[in-house]
Amino acid sequence: MIEMTQVSKTFGGARPAVDDLSLSIAAGEFVVLIGSSGSGKSTLLRMINRLVEPDRGEILVNGVDIRRQRPEDLRRRMGYAIQSIGLFPHWTVAQNIGTVPRLLKWTKARIDARVDELLALLHLDPAEFRHRYPHQLSGGQQQRVGVARALAADPDVLLMDEPFGALDPVTRGALQEELLRIHALSGKTVVLVTHDIDEALQLGSHIVLMNQGRIVQQGRPLDLLRRPANAFVHDFVGRTEIGLRLLALDRVAGRLRPNEAAVGEPISADLSLREALSTFVARRVDRLPVVDDQGRPAGALFFSDLLERQL
Amino acid sequence: MTWRAPVPGALALGTLISLWSLPFVRFAPNRLLTGDGLAWWRAPLGLGHWAALLPCGLLLLAWRAQSRATRVVGLPAAALWLVALPWLAGMAARQMAPEVDGLARVSLGAGFWLSWGLMALLLGELLREAAWPVWRRVLLWVGVLLALLAELSGGALDHLSLLREYANHQDAFNLAFGQHVQLVALSVAPAALLGASLGLLAARRSRVQGALFAVLNLIQTLPSIALFGLLVAPLAWLGEHVPGLGIAGIGMAPGILALTLYSLLPMTRGTLAGLQQVPAAAVDAARGMGMGSWQILWQVELPLALPVFLTGLRITAVQAVGLAEVAALIGAGGFGAIMFQGLLGSAIDLVLLGVIPVVALAIAVDLLFKLIIAGVARHD
Repeated sequence: MIEMTQVSKTFGGARPAVDDLSLSIAAGEFVVLIGSSGSGKSTLLRMINRLVEPDRGEILVNGVDIRRQRPEDLRRRMGYAIQSIGLFPHWTVAQNIGTVPRLLKWTKARIDARVDELLALLHLDPAEFRHRYPHQLSGGQQQRVGVARALAADPDVLLMDEPFGALDPVTRGALQEELLRIHALSGKTVVLVTHDIDEALQLGSHIVLMNQGRIVQQGRPLDLLRRPANAFVHDFVGRTEIGLRLLALDRVAGRLRPNEAAVGEPISADLSLREALSTFVARRVDRLPVVDDQGRPAGALFFSDLLERQL
Repeated sequence: MTWRAPVPGALALGTLISLWSLPFVRFAPNRLLTGDGLAWWRAPLGLGHWAALLPCGLLLLAWRAQSRATRVVGLPAAALWLVALPWLAGMAARQMAPEVDGLARVSLGAGFWLSWGLMALLLGELLREAAWPVWRRVLLWVGVLLALLAELSGGALDHLSLLREYANHQDAFNLAFGQHVQLVALSVAPAALLGASLGLLAARRSRVQGALFAVLNLIQTLPSIALFGLLVAPLAWLGEHVPGLGIAGIGMAPGILALTLYSLLPMTRGTLAGLQQVPAAAVDAARGMGMGSWQILWQVELPLALPVFLTGLRITAVQAVGLAEVAALIGAGGFGAIMFQGLLGSAIDLVLLGVIPVVALAIAVDLLFKLIIAGVARHD
């Protein structure tokens, strides 16, 4: 889908922001670019839609060199969402979401239908929200509109630069779930930049850890936690919290014993093992009853099973 | 015991004091003499004397009442005063100098001007406290202006010396009005276009910015009379050597040119400030979604910069209305011509005839732009 070969970019300073970097992103992948600030992750993202032009190297999207396409045309085929959202304050929610479809000269009826569809997808009531202005929305609602706007023209690729960085933890969690759902539903390729390792582990199917313009390690979330390539990666994924983060990758449903039972308030099979661990400790028990998403008893989770069968 | 509204209270008190201690109207046997002042209670106003209860009431209101009562009673009372006071003065003048073509003159005294001006401030203060939307505030002022215009055209003020001067100089007045509006419109319009372009240039090329504003600031620091004077020589030369232009060293051309130059700095600065306060994230998002640079300019940057740009235009236009007064010195005409004629002839009413319309014009321009800006900025 996206092939980057030996790309470099140096802004004013001596040290390159992106240094001779090659990266291959498969279609349908949820790729998270992660690193501390100044690691070059945002620059790398902005190269994909030519907001930043590399000094050297080559970037292919669907096998075509992006330098052979007009930047505007290239960008209209990619969704773009940023941390400060950048909604146009003088346009309504509907006008904001319809930006790229309008640039692509869709008919008004088609744009209206698409706007309503996206608002519903992001759990915003179209009748209530389409005529509002951005300043009449909460931060979370604004970012929902920002994501809807990025999805508007049904792009194959979604580029997101710390889209949830400015939100409170609860709203951020809700939107992360939303994004996972949309990704699973649409099968789009997502490239997301973040500096939050928990966000990266939760969202990414493929994580690219960057430092000083180079890739330090890439792979599945489990690979980074299980087999950190060096001390830097080990530090970054959090020395003392690796175990907890491993638990966060799996859900209760994968570990429960279906034919067992336990007493007490049941937990959901959809809960992450990390949250289950917290519940064990808080209740001072070694087994918990589990219910499925319809609320029917599904079995029990044993404390000792948290340790086993980790891949 | 505390005053609930100290500022309106002080203004109402000031209105009363100036009404009582300063002459309300002046009577002179002819137009060049200053004449003798008549206090409020000695002027032939009949029942009109009771109008003084209005500021008394406002004073009490400011002292005791809640803000809602101030709004319900205070606003109409203050507006009424602004309309009634000139009418009362006109009535007094009719009593004291009934013959419109006689030599005797009745002019407005310091007591009139001060109590009228303080009440105007009081009305502004009450409106500010009422926290009305801009359009409603502007509408009230427009109402007061229209009522005053109705008094003027209805003849209620015809016996005042000011209107007598107007009657004698009607042709000159109408000519001056046309010239004044021309001076302002023909200088502000090109300055707005040029200033918008320069502001855009400064926003795009930060290196140009420093030099550009150095030049514009220099122009702004030149005293207006000096700038008018400086333009006489080059334009006279131009007029002589390029006859087809119809330009001369004095007259309309240097006036318009100087006013344009003065208007450039506020217009350029307003445009730049407007563009700079456009959220950088909105521009980045626009680019990232595939808008071209012209689309970003027209659909995102300019609409978002418009309210600040229009504020710059408002300030520039009001400034130009005032500066155009001085342009009369180089023969550009306008109300300044009437004012200077009055100054040279020591005829204070003629001076006022050249000044009051300019103040009214400036206020009208200010109100008009405030209304436009309120309409444009309603989404923000």
